[in-house]
Amino acid sequence: MEKQTVIELRNITKRFGASVIANNNVSMDVKRGEILSVLGENGCGKTTLMNMLAGIYYPDEGKIIINGEEASIRSPKDAFRYNIGMIHQHFKLVDVFTAAENIVLGTGEGEKYDLKSAKTRILAMSEKYGFHIDLDKKVHEMSVSEKQTVEIIKVLYRGADVLILDEPTAVLTPQEITRLFDVLRAMREDGKSVLIITHKLNEVMEISDRVAVLRKGEHIATVNTADTTEKELADMMVGQKVTLNIDRPLPVDPELRLSVESLTLIGTEGKPVLDGISFGAYGGEILGIAGIAGSGQRELLESIAGLHHLESGTVTYFNPKKDKPITFYHKSYERVMELAHEGMLRYADGRDFTGKDEYGKSLSKKTVKALVNAGEIFFKEDEVINLREKTPLQIRELGVRFSFVPEDRLGMGLVGNMDITDNMMLRSYRRGKSVFVDRKAPEELANEIIASLQVVTPDTHTPVRRLSGGNVQKVLVGREIAAGPKVLMAAYPVRGLDINSSYTIYNLLTEQKKSGVAVVFVGEDLDVLLALCDRIMVIAGGKVMGTVDARTAKKEEIGLMMTGAAPAES
Amino acid sequence: MSVFLISAISIATVLLFGCVGEIITEKAGHLNLGIPGIMCMGTAGGCLGVSLYMGALSSPENASWILLVLISILFSVVFAAALGAVYALLTVTLRCNQNITGLAITIFGGGATNFIMSFVDRTHFDPAGKLISTPLPFADSLGVFGQVVLGHGVFVYLAIAIAIACAIVLNKTRVGLHLRAVGESPATADAAGINVTAYKYVAILSGSAIAGLGGFYYIMDYIKGSWENASTIEGFGWLAIALVIFVLWKPNFGILGAFLFGACYIVAFVISGITSTQKEIIKMLPYVITIVVLVITSARKNRENQPPASLGLPYFREDR
Amino acid sequence: MEKQPSGMENVTSYAQEKDKKEPLFRLIKRDVLPKRKIVLIYAIAIVASLLLSSVICSLFSSKNPVAFFVALFDGALGSSRRIWLLLQDTALLLGVAVALVPAFKMKFWNLGGNGQILVGALAAISCMFYLGGKMPDALLIPLMVVASILAGAVWGVLPAIFKALFGTNESLFTLMLNYIAAGLVSMFITIWVKSGSGVLVPIEHGNFPELFGSKYLLTVLVFFALAALMYVYLKYTKHGYEIAVVGDSPNTAKYIGIDVKRVIIRTMIISGALAGVVGLFLAGNIHHTVSTATANNMGFTAIMATWLAAFNPLVMMGTCFFIIFISRGMVEVRGSFNFTNDSIANIVIGLVYFCVIACSFFITYKVVFRKSGARVAKRNRTKGEER
Repeated sequence: MEKQTVIELRNITKRFGASVIANNNVSMDVKRGEILSVLGENGCGKTTLMNMLAGIYYPDEGKIIINGEEASIRSPKDAFRYNIGMIHQHFKLVDVFTAAENIVLGTGEGEKYDLKSAKTRILAMSEKYGFHIDLDKKVHEMSVSEKQTVEIIKVLYRGADVLILDEPTAVLTPQEITRLFDVLRAMREDGKSVLIITHKLNEVMEISDRVAVLRKGEHIATVNTADTTEKELADMMVGQKVTLNIDRPLPVDPELRLSVESLTLIGTEGKPVLDGISFGAYGGEILGIAGIAGSGQRELLESIAGLHHLESGTVTYFNPKKDKPITFYHKSYERVMELAHEGMLRYADGRDFTGKDEYGKSLSKKTVKALVNAGEIFFKEDEVINLREKTPLQIRELGVRFSFVPEDRLGMGLVGNMDITDNMMLRSYRRGKSVFVDRKAPEELANEIIASLQVVTPDTHTPVRRLSGGNVQKVLVGREIAAGPKVLMAAYPVRGLDINSSYTIYNLLTEQKKSGVAVVFVGEDLDVLLALCDRIMVIAGGKVMGTVDARTAKKEEIGLMMTGAAPAES
Repeated sequence: MSVFLISAISIATVLLFGCVGEIITEKAGHLNLGIPGIMCMGTAGGCLGVSLYMGALSSPENASWILLVLISILFSVVFAAALGAVYALLTVTLRCNQNITGLAITIFGGGATNFIMSFVDRTHFDPAGKLISTPLPFADSLGVFGQVVLGHGVFVYLAIAIAIACAIVLNKTRVGLHLRAVGESPATADAAGINVTAYKYVAILSGSAIAGLGGFYYIMDYIKGSWENASTIEGFGWLAIALVIFVLWKPNFGILGAFLFGACYIVAFVISGITSTQKEIIKMLPYVITIVVLVITSARKNRENQPPASLGLPYFREDR
Repeated sequence: MEKQPSGMENVTSYAQEKDKKEPLFRLIKRDVLPKRKIVLIYAIAIVASLLLSSVICSLFSSKNPVAFFVALFDGALGSSRRIWLLLQDTALLLGVAVALVPAFKMKFWNLGGNGQILVGALAAISCMFYLGGKMPDALLIPLMVVASILAGAVWGVLPAIFKALFGTNESLFTLMLNYIAAGLVSMFITIWVKSGSGVLVPIEHGNFPELFGSKYLLTVLVFFALAALMYVYLKYTKHGYEIAVVGDSPNTAKYIGIDVKRVIIRTMIISGALAGVVGLFLAGNIHHTVSTATANNMGFTAIMATWLAAFNPLVMMGTCFFIIFISRGMVEVRGSFNFTNDSIANIVIGLVYFCVIACSFFITYKVVFRKSGARVAKRNRTKGEER
């Protein structure tokens, strides 16, 4: 039984700027009464392609043919005229409105406003497709799954025959996913076409009739789900392994630097974002973290950096201090005394330093300071520092040499309106007792970074938001490295960067590794992860799926683990 | 007592006009601190209308109540809305800072009102004021109740009617739903195909028009056309902005809230037997209560009683 | 930054799409304009608004527009007394602007300048009223200074505490505090003035001494010095740096370990205290009494001055001077043009504000007309290539 074709995409190309081609010559079709999965890795252009059907973007080249006629979709309103509706990942709902109010918003021009009859219609629709919804509930009281239901009904209420769902299962529990799939099947029986943007292979196999696979902006193939396997799809999705020319020396004497034990974080929605994560980061190696976007990578790094209140778990930092003198450079007097009482310190000749003299009397602050400044006091063992529930400032005051390149560069790592010098100061401005800030050292640092990383900028007084993406990132990474870290965490440090800037960043990270720093690298491109890192930890849905050796691991293996399919043994 | 109630209702009317006007504006996401100036402009416009109409008559006795009321409303609304249009142009189209623009509107509005009033012929204001404040016909026959409830000029009932109408429009109609969506989340409204700019303009202009009537009512009805300067009306304008918070952006609550604020305001002038110091304390109460309400609503984080989410923020579609 | 390229592309794609369809013009957010151009745009706006005002004023009187400018300058600079008054008023307004600027730099909308001035003045007058004559002025004046600063600080920190704890809307909170402060003034006057006239006669004690024989000089020196200090505070101190980070990007502040709540509270203590100092001078050095009108709406006018100066205390010296110049000049215009009340000054100032506020639009946005849409898209694309 041949199904009727509803939408045809013909040779669609969409560029962002001159260098980024989001979609290249894509042709595919959508049939009536089918569930079509659009499968691909992050950044393969699947959302962009669908946004062109929804009226968010307009293709640069190519045609969209709907029911046999060429269509021009310039706005979401146009899309609805062609009976196409899209449910975006970020819901567009008014929080203080009820479900019903959100659903009817912007519809029914010229008709009488009658919420009651609208509700009756909505309820009838809900019954038909098997939705469970309380129409009088306010959106801000709803769970994510309920909000998604409202979005779906909103699209149906506007008469959509083609529904596009962008990563609909990313935020749902398994039970909610089952319910969603039931609804989608009911819609298919009703003759609607459902497109699901996804990268989860198991779901593709479970729900869809056909799968369209995209890779790096190109349409690889569309296959019938019944005729394929997860393995085959994964191969199509990730493609052949690309060899990248990144220098990767073997780790030298890796030492445990950072240990995370069963870390759990509850998100704003009340669901665990991180669920019992445990791992260790070693000095002299790069630990890659792979996962689908939104699997908890960002939250994991932020939790370690002290930006979140943890539900449970520990974060421990091992300071390589054994037999090294303690200094006031990174430690306060109070911390020195604390370590002394814990029995962590000794004199040069091996006697314990407890902060007391041989008669058990406490030494004066002045004496202790003199001893420390003279380099007479040493660590007996490596210092073990518990970071749980510490603020970023406390972590720094404890002498923990953490550097963190956050995902949101201008919103968190840097201040966009400030110049490069002032951004250098973010880390160091507290130094010294003076009430005034010292701009001399940061200025020098800024010039140094501009010179060594070839930052393209008129001068050090240009606000960073006026620099291009690559240069912004160089400024941020440069500053974090200049802080002389023992642990360097970087979240998507090459996202949006051109090839040259990306390589600059890879080389910087490798250099740090060579100098004994524990580097934690969160990335999205598997080829890069496989070429740059020593070990790769794969997380999915806030859980560790497994850790693999980057030198021997297969790309497909990691791809499968990322989808939460099969934890590998390691 | 009845004098007190009557006066409280009168002041409440001034505040209610201002409050409902500001609520409509804020529901569109615009904090209009120009409301005090706009209320002044409404006064100037209305007074100009009265003066033109009375001056065109051969004798003030020939004045028709209905014509006088309609002409003064028309003038008042047009003048207030004109100044509201300046605010809308600056904040909606030119996306200027709402606080700064509002303060400038208030400075300008107060000045322009004093200026216009210095040219307005006020010779017939006394009879016009008496005519405009004519109570409902059967008020006197109903004793104290009639005096208190029915003994007011038409503007008092107009204010209540507008407040109720606004409450109905906001909560029971499609226009109200769309307006609230614009104030809560302009991006969502835009995506749903609602013309955000048009809604903002209409809300600001109609809000300004309504607020302007409050100033005019005060001068022409309550103090029967005697004019000193705009500062009293400006004071009512700021109190009206406080009232918006107190009634949690609900026009129907505004009726009760305005009466409470009016009572606090007027008690100092009417009640005997308390010291002038105590009167001043009572006059401060509305502001103290408003702060308490503001703090409690923000501390409880109850989503229903918060200011519209996009209040004060300009909307630029390409800023996603 | 990674969002920017795609954001820009949105713009171009919109441009291309909409070429064929609707609008006659669309808006694009600009990069930063060179300073010269910004100054030029503002200068044009100010001149235009003054020309407009001169025409309006001459329309309503028998004089010509030139006479408007003559009177304006005469009113502001016509005699040495006028010049001194101009300087004193500038200094006072500058004082309020200096008080507000750290709050605004932190994106804390302090609309409560009027109230903070009033409580400062009230505190000083309370000292003068209760303690005047009972102790030498040399002791009384320091007490007044402390009292005013404390009162202003309390008035400033109240909204800050609630903002820090619950996120309470500070513009509405501070606005209400203005009226409570005015209410307190009225209340104390009813206590102090038994006659019930509601007017407190100037108090002789605790008046500030003249400096070099001038009763204006002290005020001028103090507030100009405070402005210079505030410039240094914001630009060169650690506190100032923290204020800028919190104002620009609260998330970054959190990331580097700045205690945002503490910064908000600390800054508002300073802001309120400085406004209290203006109240102190109004009470102790200028009026020697207090009324609800003592603040003379400077709390609002100063917002304009700070905003026009882009939150730079040195530039504020200029914007405050300009605003006071117009309002003092307008006193003379009013007289020589035979206007019966002072409203014309507010109209002119309002017009100037409108023009200047409207200009901020042209500094932030660029208007692209339909025909040039494709060209802009092309230009953006070549820009992308350069990168």
